[in-house]
Amino acid sequence: MNLPVTIVGGYLGAGKTTLVNHLLRNANGARLAVLVNEFGELPIDEDLIEAQDDMMISIAGGCVCCSYGNDLTLAMLDMTRMQPRPDHVILEASGVAIPGAIAAAVSLLPDYGIDGVVVLADAESIRDRADDRYMGDTIERQLLDADIVVLNKTDLVSPDHLRQTKTWLEAQPGNARILDAVSGKVEPAVLLQAAFDREWKENTPGSHATGSFRTESLVIEHVVDVEQFARELTTTMPWLIRSKGFIKATDGVMKTLQIVGHRWTISDAPDGVAAGLVVIGPSETFDLEAVKSLAAASLTEALR
Amino acid sequence: MTTIYNARKVITMNPARPEVSHVAVRDGRVLGAGSLEELGRWGDYELDERFSDKVLMPGLVEGHAHTMEGTLWRHTYCGFFDRMDPAGKTWPGLKSINAVLDRLSEVEATLESPDAPLPGWQLDPIYFDNQRVTRHDLDKVSSTRPIGVMHASGHIMNVNTRALELAGLLKPGLNHPGIPLGKDGLPEGELRGPDVMTPAGIHVGFDRDMLACDERGLRDFAKLCVRSGVTTVTDLASRLSDDAADMMLQVTGEKDYPARVVPLRFFHGLTPKELIDHATSLKARSTDRLRLGMIKVVADGSIQGFTARLRQPGYHNGAPNGMWYVAPEHLREIYDRALAAGLHVHTHTNGDEATQLAIETLEQALQKCPAPDHRFTLQHCQLADAAQFRKMSKLGMCVNLFANHHFYWGDEHYRLTVGPERAERMNACRTALANDLPMAIHSDAPITPLGPLFTAWCAVNRITSSGRVQGEYERIEVSDALYAITLGAAHTLKLDGEIGSIEAGKHADFAVLEDDPTSVGGDKLKDIRVWGTVQGGRIFEAARI
Ligand SMILES: [Zn+2]
Repeated sequence: MNLPVTIVGGYLGAGKTTLVNHLLRNANGARLAVLVNEFGELPIDEDLIEAQDDMMISIAGGCVCCSYGNDLTLAMLDMTRMQPRPDHVILEASGVAIPGAIAAAVSLLPDYGIDGVVVLADAESIRDRADDRYMGDTIERQLLDADIVVLNKTDLVSPDHLRQTKTWLEAQPGNARILDAVSGKVEPAVLLQAAFDREWKENTPGSHATGSFRTESLVIEHVVDVEQFARELTTTMPWLIRSKGFIKATDGVMKTLQIVGHRWTISDAPDGVAAGLVVIGPSETFDLEAVKSLAAASLTEALR
Repeated sequence: MTTIYNARKVITMNPARPEVSHVAVRDGRVLGAGSLEELGRWGDYELDERFSDKVLMPGLVEGHAHTMEGTLWRHTYCGFFDRMDPAGKTWPGLKSINAVLDRLSEVEATLESPDAPLPGWQLDPIYFDNQRVTRHDLDKVSSTRPIGVMHASGHIMNVNTRALELAGLLKPGLNHPGIPLGKDGLPEGELRGPDVMTPAGIHVGFDRDMLACDERGLRDFAKLCVRSGVTTVTDLASRLSDDAADMMLQVTGEKDYPARVVPLRFFHGLTPKELIDHATSLKARSTDRLRLGMIKVVADGSIQGFTARLRQPGYHNGAPNGMWYVAPEHLREIYDRALAAGLHVHTHTNGDEATQLAIETLEQALQKCPAPDHRFTLQHCQLADAAQFRKMSKLGMCVNLFANHHFYWGDEHYRLTVGPERAERMNACRTALANDLPMAIHSDAPITPLGPLFTAWCAVNRITSSGRVQGEYERIEVSDALYAITLGAAHTLKLDGEIGSIEAGKHADFAVLEDDPTSVGGDKLKDIRVWGTVQGGRIFEAARI
């Protein structure tokens, strides 16, 4: 199985490092490998560090952090030999990097698959950044490439400012799902497939809530046109942040469907899995009925 | 022991006595330049007449090259133009794709191990009407061993089917702008951009760290220096790990090592603080022949790769603006800390927007930490306009313009990347000099061949490879070009007090020439024959190294 990679992008000061540390603290036992451009001032919170040398920091819970200097591809190729194999790779991009270009490069590498592109935006400064004479178009490209935009530091701005910033973000080109955050605190299961998988194993089926997110699982036993279903889920449900399911395709073969924001991938399912779909989204806007009726409609579609 | 050399002419670059007949050398230094009578006053000497039919000028200074050219020569040369290797053999330029395939086949036949990789370099399909070399072409050379040919730009590689297989790229469904697909849905074998080149590059024989140079490469590179009259050369840039610095200290310290090497520490992969600390510790290890402690920052990409940052009106073909390789805050912190620590920074800027950012960032840093004579230098700086050169001059900056670029890719810039008007002002040497900006000109070897006299020819004539004069106004005088490849370049390295002219007290570094660059005419500068060099008083004949 391909190792899932989440690219964490966004400009300097948006909170990439804080978010990464939050994920490391709350990974639910998933072994995360974090790749950073450089070991800056404290890429990893000190209390999490178990050991450190020039190239690698060992972190509590079997996680690691490596610096990739100026050759990301080589660092990624090296990582495939790491024992034990990590469950998920978090790639912290530099502040001026274009995450879409990194995702394209990573997706060429054997053994890796892109889970999602998460771009952080500083609620205080993102609009000024986007107007910056030198960096404006870089910021816009970063937002355009995002599957999920984490609007960070929302506690540091007035409700008015926050509302205006969100309206502005929503009007940006692209299809990113926008999540609010304070100090980079976003549920790992929302951002990382590996964390999501663990949670799912512990909580099937049914419904539960963590923080401001709600997770629902439903059983879809009939055959489905999986591509069509994925397209509709991602385009008609802007609240849907992440989903994973095992669905029987029209040819009877069981498929794995994975969705992050508007990004979806379909692959052959492992043997012996039971059909079903898990969906995660913000409690406020979660629309279970919509998913159910889409699933029901897919039955008639597939039989047509 | 004093040796006095006579010569047909000694061009000193010292305006007080620009041409003399003799130069006296003692302990690797110039004792004096003048007449035999004047120099004889220093006491006992030996008159060495071996240069009596030669022209001596100050050892040439290449302010922007990469020592990795030394290692590249172990791979097969696939360039369009004739080029001399470290051993002195001139490899004829290859004028068609078939000629490239033939040369690769010749080398292939000499390889013993059936799966040894076959790497080639300096391919430039611009000269073949941009016809692509496909994996099927390279498969004709071998379908069993991995083959990869790097383009002259260093940003594109063509590989064969075996190399794609080994890289895991021979599969349908790839969706990447840097990987063109054939009708069969499989990659054609062209890989654009470092991200895409690396997975295949490591299988075709290109080293993991492209910037690195090993012992043999460093020695081979120095041979190229002797053959082109160069006695001081930069290595821009390397990571200078402890091992690499030890190796360079050892090799350049060898008794017969013929060049002074100035490696710049690459900024990437370190925080500004770590960068400054590392450069400071390196500086303390400097020797005469290995000058450590300078820093290289890269602000943007390349113009022909459409990754340079341009101001309005942007790329002529409508391509989106390029990429930043450093954030303004990051650049600012490097400049702040370097000025405070007294370190010297060279910044790669190709597009005029990157140049503007560097200028404005330095201006702010200088307000905080005034540093007279800092000489921060912009490297390439190809698209700078008159206002930028004026500003740079006022701020005490220097520039090193990429004069060779104009010859090799000027036509492409005119037609495609920036259009006629800006193509004519690319590498605007005359405007830089008119604004009293200390200026060097460079080859960026291995991107173009090391050879400051050729580079001077480029700046004097501004002829493109198709034979057009492009940007007549920006042409400079021969004397200015000769200054740029000696004292001008030395100035950008803060070495102008030690090298760059033949004067009492300076290092005895000479280029030994068969022809006189001050009298052959500007159109013949590139044809000047180099006998060899004198470096620190030691004599190196190109034919005998
Ligand atoms: Zn260079």
